[in-house]
Amino acid sequence: MKKIALAMTVCSVLALSACSKKPPAELPPAPQDTSTPTPPSPPRTGPVAGSQEHFRQVMAGRDTIFFDTDMFNIDAEDQAALREQANYLTQYPNVRATIEGHADERGTREYNLALGERRANAAKNYLISLGVAADRLSVVSYGKERPVALGSDEASWARNRRAVTVVMN
Amino acid sequence: MALRTILLAAGLGLAAIPASAQNAPSPPIEVPEVEEEGLSGSVTDDSAWQDLGIAIPAFATNAERSTAANSQGTGALGVELGRVVFNDLRNNGLFKPVGPDSLPRPDYAQITAPAWPTWQGRAAEMLVHGYVRAEDDGRLTVGCYLYDVQLQQQLVREGWVVNAAEWRRAAHKCADLVYSRLSGESPFFDSKIAYIAETGPKDHRVKRLAIMDSDGANHRFITNGQATALTPRYSPDYAKIAYVSYLNGYARIFVYDIGSGNQTLVTQSQNPTFAPRWSPDGRTILYSMAVAGNTDIYRVPATGGTPTRLTDTPGIDVGGSYSPDGSKIVFESDRSGSQQVYVMDAGGGNQRRISFFGGRAATPEWSPRGDQIAFTHIAGDLRVAVMTPSGGGLRHLTDSWQDEAPTWSPNGRIVQFFRTARGSGETSIWQVDLTGRNERRLNTPVGASDPAWGPVLP
Repeated sequence: MKKIALAMTVCSVLALSACSKKPPAELPPAPQDTSTPTPPSPPRTGPVAGSQEHFRQVMAGRDTIFFDTDMFNIDAEDQAALREQANYLTQYPNVRATIEGHADERGTREYNLALGERRANAAKNYLISLGVAADRLSVVSYGKERPVALGSDEASWARNRRAVTVVMN
Repeated sequence: MALRTILLAAGLGLAAIPASAQNAPSPPIEVPEVEEEGLSGSVTDDSAWQDLGIAIPAFATNAERSTAANSQGTGALGVELGRVVFNDLRNNGLFKPVGPDSLPRPDYAQITAPAWPTWQGRAAEMLVHGYVRAEDDGRLTVGCYLYDVQLQQQLVREGWVVNAAEWRRAAHKCADLVYSRLSGESPFFDSKIAYIAETGPKDHRVKRLAIMDSDGANHRFITNGQATALTPRYSPDYAKIAYVSYLNGYARIFVYDIGSGNQTLVTQSQNPTFAPRWSPDGRTILYSMAVAGNTDIYRVPATGGTPTRLTDTPGIDVGGSYSPDGSKIVFESDRSGSQQVYVMDAGGGNQRRISFFGGRAATPEWSPRGDQIAFTHIAGDLRVAVMTPSGGGLRHLTDSWQDEAPTWSPNGRIVQFFRTARGSGETSIWQVDLTGRNERRLNTPVGASDPAWGPVLP
């Protein structure tokens, strides 16, 4: 084994020595800028416009609307959030969205699946009334299966009774 | 998978003791109910049974032989058989059994001719004896005898031939034999439970379809948890399980064929479809579908075909459980403004509300005996309750923070449900007797919800 190691060391020394070059006598001329100057494009630091990450960022929480116990009506606060969502969807007309309906844990499983769909559907209908084309919107229910707030108290349940709009492209 | 029942002969070379059917202790006290729709419910007063001691020693074997059912041979298998019978009867709460680990072991000849003095000093009114024989083809013959110790008489006997892998079924059949003979109830130990196994944090639960024997043995996961599985139901012939899966990102109903492992999609819609239920003859599947904010109940042939819509109100109509004769369906609806229980004919006609007590009523399930409907009563907490098919006789069986989704044992005597712990959201499966007694938790490997009990295996 030692012989091979020695041989390898010799080879690498040779390789390194072969890499050392002298700079050429004359440098090639600098490239000429013949094209018209293009406007500087905005730096690509954020998510792509029309993507779910972008949507969430722009909505800043208004991608979610909330409901009272057993209820599925769209109140004034929900309306404001849905207007923001509709504006976004109008701005990016190629984008489709799914509305996810949820319920809190304090109810039976199958009824909550139905209630989740009812809530998502209510949000969808309001978006349609604001001019979003119906075939861009689909609805999914998660019932009580996907809570975001983990407590068993009124505050947690209020956060879980929600419809979340998710953009798909 | 069939079990072969054999008539136990006096094959041990000893005179058979004739079964004496008139030997039962004092008859159970009937609690009369108001006559309703031709169905009358009765719940026996079991206080007479609570002190009934039953001795269940190890089963004997004619010859020590190796068997696939136990690495230590038929002798050790006999002890295990006795333990399964003992645990079935002990967990049931109806009797006071004593098991093989606390009792002397009878020999083969004593199985049909018990040594009465051994048992008479022991405060055991009843005695179970059994034997196991390994046959040349690898199968097992198991015999089960029930004796009245005081009268020194055999009450009932039966035997079965099983594949070695199914030795537990023979023990469950023996427990069923003893239980039925002494309580007058139909059997239920030889049955299986389908449920949802839960792991993971509360906001990201992994939910897998799983099955197990009624005593928790032979546990098996069916799905791998990548897609959430919910609310399974065994078909009446045990060949299939209908359940909800989010395989494509939204709720659809699948039927899993247990023998072949094949999955068949029952509902093709983009709308959420959930709450699958089998008809008693296994030919129809009920399901609920949510369309544009409105959920209704449909039925479809189990083999596939055109669905028929059964409810049509602007509200959430969901669930559905057939009466045992298949003529009616009990379901839940919020058409009155809150979740309540309704009954309709199997064709969808004659829909009428039956729950008129306070609070909300959900997840109704018709007892296999036809005399009761189990449901979730929501009034602050969620509690398991029963009522008659006309909505009377409300009784609560549990009193915890959140108990829901009751289903019935095959004999209509025990209600099974799942309990959610406040805060952690951890779930577990529990059973409670129809009288509200003997509430006990089932041992499952991880968290457990949505339990559904299959019928007694033939």
